[in-house]
Parts: sequence; C-alpha cells; structure tokens
Amino acid sequence: MEIRPILSTLARHKMAAALIVLEIALSCAIICNALFIVTQRLETLNLASGMDDDRLVEVALSGIGQQTDADARTAEDLASLRAVAGVERVAISNQLPFQNGSWNTSLSLSAEQEVPTLNATQYMFGEGTLATMGLKLLAGRDFNADEYKSNDELSKIEDVSTLSSAIILSKAAADKMFPEGDAIGKTVYMANIPLTIVGVVDTLLRPNMMGGNRTFSVIFPIRMNFSNGGRYLIRVSDPARRAEVLEQALAALDRNDPNRLVWRKQTYEEGRAKYFANDRDMIGLLLIVSALLLLVTALGIVGLASFWVQQRTKQIGIRRALGATKGQILRYFQTENFLLATIGIIVGMLLAYLLNQWLMGRYELPRLPLLYLPVGAAALWLLGQLAVFGPARRAAAIPPAVATRST
Amino acid sequence: MLGYYLQLALRSFGRNKVLTTLMVVTIGIGIGAAMTTLTLYKVLSGDPIPEKSARLFYPRLEPRTLGRDVSVDPEPMEQLTRFDAEELLRQKRGVRQAMMSAGSVTVLPEGTAAQPFRASSRYTSADFFTMFNAPLRAGRGWSADDDGARARVAVIGSRLAEKLFGDADPVGREIHLSQGVLRVIGGMDEWTLNPRFYDLRNRRFGGGEQGFLPFSTSRDMRLPTQGSMNCWGSSNTDAEGARGLNAPCAWVQYWVELESPGQAADYRKYLADYSDQQRAAGRFERPANVRLDDVMGWLDYNRVVPNDVRMQMWLAFGFLLVCLLNTVGLLLAKFLRRSGEIGVLRALGATRGMVFMQCLVEAALIGLAGGLAGLGLTLLGLWNVRQQPLEYADMVHLDLPMLALTFALAVAATLLAGVLPALRASRIDPALQVKSL
Repeated sequence: MEIRPILSTLARHKMAAALIVLEIALSCAIICNALFIVTQRLETLNLASGMDDDRLVEVALSGIGQQTDADARTAEDLASLRAVAGVERVAISNQLPFQNGSWNTSLSLSAEQEVPTLNATQYMFGEGTLATMGLKLLAGRDFNADEYKSNDELSKIEDVSTLSSAIILSKAAADKMFPEGDAIGKTVYMANIPLTIVGVVDTLLRPNMMGGNRTFSVIFPIRMNFSNGGRYLIRVSDPARRAEVLEQALAALDRNDPNRLVWRKQTYEEGRAKYFANDRDMIGLLLIVSALLLLVTALGIVGLASFWVQQRTKQIGIRRALGATKGQILRYFQTENFLLATIGIIVGMLLAYLLNQWLMGRYELPRLPLLYLPVGAAALWLLGQLAVFGPARRAAAIPPAVATRST
Repeated sequence: MLGYYLQLALRSFGRNKVLTTLMVVTIGIGIGAAMTTLTLYKVLSGDPIPEKSARLFYPRLEPRTLGRDVSVDPEPMEQLTRFDAEELLRQKRGVRQAMMSAGSVTVLPEGTAAQPFRASSRYTSADFFTMFNAPLRAGRGWSADDDGARARVAVIGSRLAEKLFGDADPVGREIHLSQGVLRVIGGMDEWTLNPRFYDLRNRRFGGGEQGFLPFSTSRDMRLPTQGSMNCWGSSNTDAEGARGLNAPCAWVQYWVELESPGQAADYRKYLADYSDQQRAAGRFERPANVRLDDVMGWLDYNRVVPNDVRMQMWLAFGFLLVCLLNTVGLLLAKFLRRSGEIGVLRALGATRGMVFMQCLVEAALIGLAGGLAGLGLTLLGLWNVRQQPLEYADMVHLDLPMLALTFALAVAATLLAGVLPALRASRIDPALQVKSL
C-alpha cells in the first residue's frame, strides 16, 4: 500500500484530520484512565474479608435504659441463638470487615519505642469467634478459655500497668512486625501493656481503609456484650437458609428481652453489598461513559469519512477507471484511518499518562500500569476500522463510469 | 436578515436529517452528563448558611501528649476535649459560642402501646440557636443559666413534636427518656442544613436532629453520645470514662461567631495564647498548633464533596469536550458539503461575513436543540441519582439558574464548535465552486 498519496491527501484536509486525531486521543486518554479506575474498584469489591462471607448473619442490639448485667444477658442470648435450627456456631465481636468506622490501636516492639511499629485495627473476640468466622489459622493456636476477659470488667480496672493479654495477628501485621516469620511467642506492646502473640491468621481485613492500609489486624480475647458495642455473629450450616435463621434468631432474642432495639440485622453479604454501593455506582457510570465515548468517537469517524468519500467521488471514479480494484479503494480508506488512529493513539497515550499524573495528585489514585496503554490502543484501532468500514465500502462501490460524468 | 438565516438553517436541517440528528444527540448526551454532575457538585458544595458563613469559625487545638503512642501529625485534633471546650466557653471571647456533641436518646412515649424509639439529638449550649439561626417556632431556647444549672429542658424538632404530641403545642410538655424526664421549652420548624456543617463526624446531609438539650444536662444524665472519639491515654480512673471532664479524649465540637471575618487573626492569637497557658500549666505537651476555619474552609478541609463526585464531574466535562470535537467535525462536513451552494451565494454578492453568520446561526440552532435534549437527559440523570441510597439523594434537583445554564452551555459550546467550520466555509472560493457546477 502506498502511504504517500494518503499523506498528501490528508495534508490538504488538515483540519478534519486533526479533529479525528484529537478525538481519538482524548477518548484514548479518558478510557484508559476510566478502565483503570474500574479495575481498581473491582479489585476492592472482590477483596476476601478472610471470613466465610456466605455463611454469616449479623445482629446487633442495644438496651433501653441502664443495663444491670449485660454480660449475663449476652451469655443467655448466645445460648438461645445456638439453639436456633440451622445455626452452626455463634460468637460476639466488636466489628466486622467492610463497615464504616473501626477500632484502632498502635503496636510497638518495645515499651520504650518512640514511634509505634504499626497501626492496626483492634478486633475484640468472644469465645469461638475464629471458628464462627471461619478464619484460617496459619500458625500458633486459638485463644485458650482462660485468656478471655470481659470488656466491662476490664474497663473497671484502674491500674492499667498490671494488664497483659494474648493476641492473634493477621499475617500482614505479623510479617510487618516480624519479617523473619517468627512472630509466635513474641511480645509486643500497646502503649506499655505487654501482649503475647499466640497465633497468626491468614486474612482478617480492617473494617475500612485507614492510612492507606486495610490488612493490619490484631485480635484480643476480650468479650464484648450486646450493650457496649458487641454484635452477634451467627454461622449457618446452609447459606440458603440465612433469611430463615435471621428471623428465628430475632425471635429468640426478643424472647430473652423484648425491650431492646435491634439496630443491625442482615446477612453479612447484604452488609458488605451496602458498604460497596457507591463503588458499584461508580463502576457502572465509568463503563457507561466509556461506552458512550467510543460510540461518539465512532460516529465522528463515520461522519467525516462519509464526507470525504462524497467529496472524492470523482477522484475515486478516475482511479477505478485507471485500473484500481475495489479492494485497493477499500484499503486506501482503511489505511488512511489506521494512520490517523495511530497518531491519535500516540498523542492519547501521552494524554492518558498526564491525566493519570493529575488524578494521582488529586485523588490518590495509583500509577496507571503500562498494560492499559496497548489495550486502549488496540480498542481504538479496532473501533476506527469498524467505523470506517461502511464509508470505505461505499467508496469502493463507486463505479468507474463516474469519472466520465461532469459532477 | 436573521430571519432569513434561520429559514436557511431550518431548510438545511431538513436536507441532512441524519447528520443533524447525530449532532443534536451528541450535544444532548454531552450536556446531559456535564449538567447532571455539575448540579450534583453544586448541591454538595453549597454554602449551608450564606448569611453568616464567613463569621462562624471552628477552632482546633493540639491537646495530645508527647507520649509514645502518638505519631507525628501536622494537623491538630479535629475536635476539642471536653475540658478545653468548657474552658473556651467560659472565657467567652467571641460574640457567640457553643460547644456540642451529637447523641442518640431513647424516647419512651406515653401510653404502653407505643414502642420506645431513638431520636438523634444535639447536646449543646445556650448560644447554639441564635448563632446558627435555628428556626424556633414556639417557646425559646435555654439560657446560659440553664446550662450552668444543668436544667432538664429540651427544644424539639417538628417531627419529634408531631410524633409525641400530634398537632398540640409541645411547649410545656414532658419527654420521658430512659434516664429521666425533660421539659420542652421550645419547638423548632423543620430545619435541614445541607451539609450539617457544625458536626461532620455524623450524618452530613438531609434529615435534621430532633432533640436539643444542654450539654451539661446530657453529662448529668449520662446520655449516650455519637460520633468519633480520639483518646491518647487511659480514662479508666474517671467516673464518666472517656466523656469525663479531664479525660484525654477529643470528642466535642466547638463553634464561635466573630463580629467580622477580620477578627479571626485576633482569635487565632487568643487560641495560641490559650495553648501556651495550658502547656505552662502542664496540661498540653506539644507546641501550640491551632487552626481556625470558617464554615466553607471547614467543609473544604473535611472534603464534604466526595472525591467520586468530583471525579465524575471531571469525567463528564472530558466527555463533553469529545462531544464538541465531534460536533466540530460534523459541522465541518455539513458546511463543506454545501460548498457549491455557498459558492453561488458568494458569486451573487453575499459577503464572507454573511456566510459566516449564516453558518453560526445554524450552529446555534443545533445547540438549542441539543440543549433541549440535554435538559431531558439531565432530568433523567438527576432522577437516577435520587433513586440511589445516598444521604443527599433528596436534595438533588435542577433549579432555575442551572436550567438556564444548561441552555447557555449548550448554545455557547455549539457556537464555539461552529466557529472553525464557519470560518472555513466562509473562505470557500466562489470562482472554483461555480466553475465546477
């Protein structure tokens, strides 16, 4: 294919050519970044919480008025929940992954350390929570029965210097504190309270993103009760029966004390879906805009290409009369579009990079992986070829006889 | 002349239906996307209290110890400790000032059949109502003496009043909480600040708080508070725990009204002096680090407009730009297809200016049609936003200025897009065109 005649034709239509190039470039830049944000959000959306999400149901209550013995009522509640048909295990925890707001604390390697080693989210687990959630223990052990303490009792202690506790860390937190992988049995400090690491679990995410991290977690064997922020976590034997179990669980809790307000009752997956509602909207919006951008760009190409074909009808007729085949005419327009698209894509990649730089500065977006550029390029080349095919075929269909007519 | 241009333009639409529709649709989609996101942005970034926003200030102090457990932070704490809030309130250095915290009270309605329910409330001090222009419908707010006496009084919102007392006047009635009884001394009209700037740690948009009572009373009754709390030491020794007067915890919001924005510098100086005094007294350990933001500054610092909304707006305007480029291309094709006709016009004596104007009129008409399509799409887009489970969903409406802007933007954008093609068309050489006819 001769490229020179194409270039000299384009040189005479600088403005139209420049418009197509610019449109492709802008689309390329926006779509690359939009798709990058979409993949980012999808990754977050599909993050593993570390728990068996589809087996869990959560209920949280609060009492009306002063609760005289919330710890005892909580024990009763847990027993009643265990008796509900379809319930495998029951536990109480202060928080769960993918919720707004979290409990956090800092851990240090020594009591005298100036700057703590890491900031981790603070989970407080009652008996059997590890098994209820389905967390994977990588090393060490679960808490022993004598290590659990009541949160209400703990908050009455005035002299905190006597305190100590066993803890379990998430793998990410353990690796950060002990890169050698020998965390079990080591002592770390929360302010000057010594904590002994007895176990490491694979994953247990922080409820929300904080300080750019959502993987550092520390678990304390501290038993909450229903009235000081604890939430019941019910593990069902069959995911299909979650709704039914939830209903019966609420009835059982109501029998224990009808004068309580239920402020959270849902399957864990419903809660998780609500947490990500905004991200899903954003993904939908970005995909729609990307599709519309492609459509508008394609329409632009079709419009200008048709105009060119119409304008050059006579020349095409002459070329056909001089022996050019239909295929050659078709390829002429395809090559022309390919050239324009290529220039557009090169400019577009530069713009995509600049746009990403700007987004990184303003919205804490990571750097655009280079992989997105060839993908975006391929998409726009394909789009260009598809868009130009119709007008090019019409051009190829122009009969040589046109050359003999005066208009 | 303009009438004739319009006539020509309309005739040209008829001749090129597909191309014209394509342009109208493109502009419509672009304008629709841009105006939907712009409206959302405008609603969220609005000034909640325009008559006063430059005179209301939110002070911040740095009360944290130098201890091991705190990392270095250039910004002071976002809220005050109860001690500092009460001390600033006592020293009264502004025209008006109020300390506050959000809370949730459990109301026990009279009659055994009615279920107890929670009402979102604000524990604050006397100046709150005048300072924030709260619309009191009946009765009054409480006085500084009531604050001091921990009076068991409350001002209630219209929705709570209706729920408890129906249409009857709530003033003088009693509200039973599980912790005690409050006497209603004032009733408030529906009051929604968007965003509720005075406390951004809780729900930011829509729905007003329904119970207002003295902060001192809330502590006396040990009512539960809501919002974030940051502690940097143990508060186990305090009978009230983390909410005790001397607890090393920041959880109280504080607002001050100054006579003019110019007094901010003086107040900042006062805060720095206060910090130094507290450090001299041994309460503060870090060097004075104070901030004083007015309402809009505070909203900005707290990123009240979500990043996603900002990003959507940029995206939509990028999209509009592509739509415009597309329109430039299509207009160019449209005008140049008429080269022969334009050549005849020029040969018959039409000036370049006339051809240019005629092209622009045509572009403006397309813009107007695009604006109409864009308006429809904007309304559809905003309706869609309202269907989302967002706390600001109900506020998102197109007002008259935005409606006007939709058309202005559509016409201006299309005119801009039309200038280059129109120039190109007006420079068509008549001789060449007429020869080829």
